[in-house]
Amino acid sequence: MLTIAGQSALRAVRARSTSHALSSHFESSSLARLLSTLAILEQRDGKLNSGSLGAVTAGEKLGGSVHGFIAGKSAKTVAQEASKIKGLEKIIAVENEAYDRGLPENWAPLLVENIKKGGYTHVIAAHSAFGKSLLPRVAALLDVQQISDVMNIEGEDTFVRPIYAGNAILTVQSTDPTKLLTVRQTSFPPAEIEGGSASVEEGADPKAESSTEWISENLAKSDRPELASAEKVVSGGRGLKSKEEFDRLMPPLADALGAAIGASRAAVDSGFADNSLQVGQTGKNVAPQLYLAVGISGAIQHLAGMKDSKVIACINKDPDAPIFQVADVGLVGDLFEKVPELTEKLKSQ
Amino acid sequence: MSSKLRILVPVKRVIDYAVKPRVKSDRTGVETSGVKHSLNPFDELSIEEAVRLRERKQPVEDILAVSAGPAKCADTLRTAMAMGADRSIHVDVPEDKPLEPLGVAKLLKAIAEKEKSNLIILGKQAIDDDAAQTGQMLAGLLNWPQATQASKVSIDNDTVTVEREVDGGVETLRAKLPMIITTDLRLNEPRYASLPNIMKAKKKKLEKKTLGDYGVDATSRLKTIKVEEPPVRQGGGKVEDVDGMIKKLKDLGAL
Repeated sequence: MLTIAGQSALRAVRARSTSHALSSHFESSSLARLLSTLAILEQRDGKLNSGSLGAVTAGEKLGGSVHGFIAGKSAKTVAQEASKIKGLEKIIAVENEAYDRGLPENWAPLLVENIKKGGYTHVIAAHSAFGKSLLPRVAALLDVQQISDVMNIEGEDTFVRPIYAGNAILTVQSTDPTKLLTVRQTSFPPAEIEGGSASVEEGADPKAESSTEWISENLAKSDRPELASAEKVVSGGRGLKSKEEFDRLMPPLADALGAAIGASRAAVDSGFADNSLQVGQTGKNVAPQLYLAVGISGAIQHLAGMKDSKVIACINKDPDAPIFQVADVGLVGDLFEKVPELTEKLKSQ
Repeated sequence: MSSKLRILVPVKRVIDYAVKPRVKSDRTGVETSGVKHSLNPFDELSIEEAVRLRERKQPVEDILAVSAGPAKCADTLRTAMAMGADRSIHVDVPEDKPLEPLGVAKLLKAIAEKEKSNLIILGKQAIDDDAAQTGQMLAGLLNWPQATQASKVSIDNDTVTVEREVDGGVETLRAKLPMIITTDLRLNEPRYASLPNIMKAKKKKLEKKTLGDYGVDATSRLKTIKVEEPPVRQGGGKVEDVDGMIKKLKDLGAL
């Protein structure tokens, strides 16, 4: 697939080759040199994080060669798994336990070294907690203005991203020699993890010390689909009134649909649901097939995180709530009656 | 021996969070004139945290608020001082040439070095450009440890322990001062500036500076091609009851 970005690079090469009367052989190798992307792949306990594979998809959209980057204790094992990712030409692996926790203090020098060594024109990471924490630090070390939360690639230097909580869409052109991007996971679905045959190469390891020590983590356990990648999401807001009601009504509804559970900021702030479930400008972005908002009014900060969902449904007792303006299916009613009824009827289907 | 905390709190003047931004008809940006502006909500959390460190009897020597932007940023800094910042610096930057995060990070590095700051607390993102970069960039430029999206901060002598929000839960990190922290919503509940404190803030020191004073070249790297309205979603109307909802969801292929 030759994309807009590929074509404009090709034009650049052609322009140069006309003036310098270069051979067509050089033309194609120039193209390869002109566009090369390093996609940062996340791994956890030796398992590839599929959420980070949107970086590969974005790299493919750019055109040119795409290399994957993996670091950590079992980097080489994960690299073998990742070598099957469709679209990857090569994997750069750095096997060192020091990178397991994804600390930006030692990851940033690691990436800078490998970006310079590989002469990459583009470096892409997912707009995840890890990507957001790391890539700006790398950008500063490279003296580059990074572009965050990219939702579309229009050319090798032209990118589209949301600003003002998604109330405006900005198209920017970068003048930096290396483009650093974090990409929106809902805009760039994960690359397929089969069909590829990338080679694995050992990367450079500057062995920088991390000035930060990782102490512990406390991750919310869930058997449900992961919120950011779920096909269906049911989300609860302040209308649920208490944590008890949230826990009584939302999980059965989610289970009846096979959906992940989300929440509005109001619900999270009131302690009804865990922080990690927050959907919106300052929480997660989701774009499932179905987003069902229960007791959520639809403030702009919330809509920022879910308005790219394919179908939006809502249950709210206030017929004037802004959520009805974006919902494909809106039901005005008391959620304490409607949610149990909906759950029962879905289960009996 | 514990060091005295010299806290730097960068703050940004942004369109108020409750205002729905309107894209200009010539598609060059968002309409900002005549629109209510406020202190970026995440920066309120930063100021609040700095003030709370002092209230928790940490050896806070100085809380310096800094803002870079047009003249009206002075109002933002007065708000920060009314909340408890001791003094502030306004770096004058023309409204039509706003700094990018990299430029801000370079400026803050120069200020932090000059003011001998050893703890810099920033918001995790500004709600206008939604970039979420400045803190990390600054940490990289200064080569200091960073803890982004902090939901809890505790300091014991020179050691800072931070709980941070990550995908799926929280993570705890520890580092030595000097350090960069960016704030997440859960960190605290910012106080309102009381009238007496607003009056007192008028007497606090507000220095005016320029980029040239700090020798910072903050040339833009990005060129705005256009700013557009997002595609409008058509609300599909309402259904009467639960059966109607299920039927319509099936019709739309969502079930």
